[in-house]
Amino acid sequence: MMDSVTEPVLQIRDLKIALPEGADRDFAVDGVSYDLNAGEILCIVGESGSGKSMSANATMGLLPELVRPVGGEIVFEGKDVLKLSDSEMIDLRGRKIAMIFQEPMSALNPLMRVEDQIAEVFEAHNLLTPRERKRRAVELLTEVGIPDPSKAARAYPFQLSGGQRQRVMIAMALALEPKILIADEPTTALDVTTQAQILELIRNLQETHGMAVMFITHDFGVVAEIADRVAVMQYGKIVESGTADEVLDNPQHPYTQKLIAAIPKLAAEPSEVPADKAPILEVEGLNKTYVTGGGMFFSNARVVHAVNEVNLTLREGETLGIVGESGSGKSSVGRCLVRLMDPDSGTVKLAGQDMATLTGSALREARKSIQMIFQDPYASLNPRSKVGQIIAEGPMAHGVSKTEAYSRAVKLLELVDLDALAIERYPHEFSGGQRQRIGIARALALEPRVIIADEAVSALDVSIQAQVLDLLADLKERLNLALIFITHDLRVAAQICDRIAVMQKGKIVEMGPAHAIFDNPQNAYTRTLIEAIPGREKELAAAG
Amino acid sequence: MLRFILMRLGKAAIILIAIMTLNFFLIHAAPGDPAAVMAGEAGAADAKFIAQLREQFGLDKPLLVQLGIYLKGVLQFDLGFSYRQQMPVSQLILDRLPATLLLTMTAFVISLLLGTMAGVLASARVGKWSDTAISSLALLFYATPLYWAALMAVLLFSVYFNWLPGFGYETVGANYTGLARALDIGRHLILPATTLGLFFMAVYMRMTRASMLEVSQLDFVKTARAKGLKSSIIQRRHIFRNAMLPVVTLAGLQAGQLVGGAVLTETVFAWPGIGRLMFEALAQRDYNLLLGVFFVSAAMVLLFNLITDILYRFVDPRIRVA
Repeated sequence: MMDSVTEPVLQIRDLKIALPEGADRDFAVDGVSYDLNAGEILCIVGESGSGKSMSANATMGLLPELVRPVGGEIVFEGKDVLKLSDSEMIDLRGRKIAMIFQEPMSALNPLMRVEDQIAEVFEAHNLLTPRERKRRAVELLTEVGIPDPSKAARAYPFQLSGGQRQRVMIAMALALEPKILIADEPTTALDVTTQAQILELIRNLQETHGMAVMFITHDFGVVAEIADRVAVMQYGKIVESGTADEVLDNPQHPYTQKLIAAIPKLAAEPSEVPADKAPILEVEGLNKTYVTGGGMFFSNARVVHAVNEVNLTLREGETLGIVGESGSGKSSVGRCLVRLMDPDSGTVKLAGQDMATLTGSALREARKSIQMIFQDPYASLNPRSKVGQIIAEGPMAHGVSKTEAYSRAVKLLELVDLDALAIERYPHEFSGGQRQRIGIARALALEPRVIIADEAVSALDVSIQAQVLDLLADLKERLNLALIFITHDLRVAAQICDRIAVMQKGKIVEMGPAHAIFDNPQNAYTRTLIEAIPGREKELAAAG
Repeated sequence: MLRFILMRLGKAAIILIAIMTLNFFLIHAAPGDPAAVMAGEAGAADAKFIAQLREQFGLDKPLLVQLGIYLKGVLQFDLGFSYRQQMPVSQLILDRLPATLLLTMTAFVISLLLGTMAGVLASARVGKWSDTAISSLALLFYATPLYWAALMAVLLFSVYFNWLPGFGYETVGANYTGLARALDIGRHLILPATTLGLFFMAVYMRMTRASMLEVSQLDFVKTARAKGLKSSIIQRRHIFRNAMLPVVTLAGLQAGQLVGGAVLTETVFAWPGIGRLMFEALAQRDYNLLLGVFFVSAAMVLLFNLITDILYRFVDPRIRVA
C-alpha cells in the first residue's frame, strides 16, 4: 500500500478532449480532473470507448489526429503540458514521462535490433556516446529480467516472445528514469502467466525507482493486483474514484457496481449434465503438426506439434472448455474438429460418423451439424454482405429456398436478441457485441448439434461479455446444443463450462469437471494458470 | 544462403526451358515463316524456291525435331543463327544490349528516385495542395499511354523547342569521341529514358505515399514519438525503412523488364536496342532471333526475381533469420 507521500506529480484539471464531428459523442474526455501522486500506481479503468486512454495520450502529446484538447489543463512541474511548444514536448517525452503500450508485437520497429531501439532513447535526448548507449541497453534489459540480456540486445523483436517484448518496452521506458510511467493496457495482449510476471515487474520497478505509474486497463482483476488508487471512467467522465480497496470492495456508483458484478467469478458450479448422456462428439488420437520455414528443399524446417494425441468426449447438452495459453494448440483442436484444417491422424466421431476422413458432399453434409463462432467479431463477418445474406447463406447452400432461409434468419436474429430489421443492414453498422450475436445466429442457421466457440467473448468488454455468455448458455439449453468453448480466460471457463480440458504445448495435461479443476487442480501447470489469474487473491480473501 | 541461391537457379532453369518451349510453339502457330517472307521480298515467291529456303533453314523438319535441335543449342549456349541478318543471334543481341541497358537502367533509376522522393513528399504533406498536385501528376503519368507520351515529348521538346534530339542514339556523322560523345549520348538519352520511366515513376510514387501513410499509423511509430525522437528521425528511420519493403518488390518487377520492356520506346525514338531488334524480327518472322530475344528477356525477369528475394533478406530481418 501507499506510504505517506501524497504530493501530486501530475494534476489534470477539468480536461476536455473533443472528438471529430460525426463521432458518437462530442467529447472523448469531458471535464475530467485527477491527481497522480508521487510513488503511487493509479489505475484508470473503463470499457472500450470510455476515454480512459485519452488523458494519458494528451499528457504525452500523442493524441490521434483530429482529436484535440479543447479545455482544462494538465500540470506537470508547474507548467501546463497542453501549452508546451513542440520542442519542449519532445524534451518531456521519454525523459520525464515515459509510456508503454498494449501490443508488444507491434510497438517495436520490426527492422531494428532491440539495442538500437533502446539506444534511441538516449540519442533522442543527446545523452551518452553510442558505445555507452548500447552498454546501458544491456544493463536495462538485465534489470527488466530478460534471460540472456546481451543476446536479446542483438535480437530483432520478432525473435522475442510477447512477454519479452513488453519487457523491452519497459526497459526503454525506464532508460531515462522518468518521473511518470504511463502504461496503456500493457498486459492485455499477454498470456495470464506472463501477465502476472509483468505486473510484478512493474510493481517492483515502481518501488525501486520511485516513479508514479498511471496504469490504464479494462480489467478489474488487474486493478486488484496492482492499483493503489482507482478512477473509473464511463463516456468520458470519471464516475467514481478512490483507493483500490474502497472501489473494489464497496463500489458506490451503479456503473462500477455493474462492471464488478459482470466479472465472472472464479468458482465453478457442479455440472448439471447427467453423466450417462450419450456422447455426441468423440475425438481419439488427434494429431496435427505444422512445418514452417524451409519448405521441401531445406533441412532446417521448424516442426511444431500443435495437437498431440488429443482425446476428448463431448456429451449432448454439455459445455466442454478447452483452456490454454497462446500456442497451446487449443484453436488448432477446434479447427481440426470442424475440418477447417485436416488433422494428420486421429478420429473425430460426430454422432458416430468419422468427420476426419470425410470428403466432398459427405463432408459438406456433416459440417451442418458442427458450426463455429470466431473470436474477432470484426473480421469474421464479410463487410460487403448484408446480415440477412450472412445468416441465410449456409442454409441456401444446403438447398433451403431463399424465402425460407431469410424468414429463418429473421427468427434467428430474434433468438439472439437483435431486431429483425438487421437483415437489411451491413456488419459495420453494429457494435462488437451485436456482431458476435450475428456470428452466433449464423452458426445456428444450419441447426447444428455441436458449436465450437473459439475465444468467442475475448474481444468483448466485460459487461457485453456477460450478456453474450448468458445468451450462449440460454441457447444451449433451449436448442439442446453441445458446446466446445475454447478460451484463454479461466474466469470465463469457470462460469460457462461443465468440464474443462487444460492444454499445454499441444497436449491435454488435465481434464475434469470444472469445479474439480478449480478447487483441486492436479497438474502443476493448471495450478500455475489458476494462481496467475489477476484478482484471485483478493477474491479468495473476500470469500473468506 | 548459397543453397538457397542454387535451388532457385535450378528452378529458374526449368522455368526457362518451359518458357522457351511455349514461345517456340506460339511463334510457329502464327501464319507465315521466314522463308515465305524472304522469298516474297526477293520477288520470287514460287513454291520451289520457298521449299529450298525451308530446307536450308531446317524448317521442313517436324516441329518437335526443330524444338529439340533448338533447345539442344540453347543448352550449349548457342542461340542459333539469324538467316535474315546472316549473323549468329547471340552476336546480334550482344551488339544491341548495351544501348538497351543504358536506356532502361536510366529509366529505372529516374523513376525509382523521383517516384519515391515524390511519394515521401506527398505523404508528409497529405491533404495539402502539394500532395494533391503530386498525386494528380502521378495519376496522369500512370494513365497516359507510353507511345502518346513519347510522341508528345518529341513534338514538344525536340520539334517545337528544339532543346533535345528526338531520335537516335547519338548524332550521326558528328564522330564525337570521349567526353563529347558521352554528353551527346546523354542528350539523346533524356527523352526516351524519361518517357519510359514515367509509368513506373507514378507507380512508385503512389506506392510510397500509401505505404508511408500506412506505416506512420503503426504502433512502433507512436513508441518512437513517446521516446522523444524528432519527427525527421522518425520519418527516416522508422517510417521510411518499413515503407520501402513493398517498393523493393515493385522495383524487382520493373528491373525484370530491363531487357524486354522498351520495345515501344525504342521504336518511337529509333533507339538501336533489343526492343527494336525484336520488333524487326517479329515483322520478318526471324524465328531464331525472336526466340533469342525472348530467351534473354525471360532470363532477365527470373534473374531479377531472384535478386529481389535476396535483397529482401537484407532489408527485412524477419525473412533473413526466420
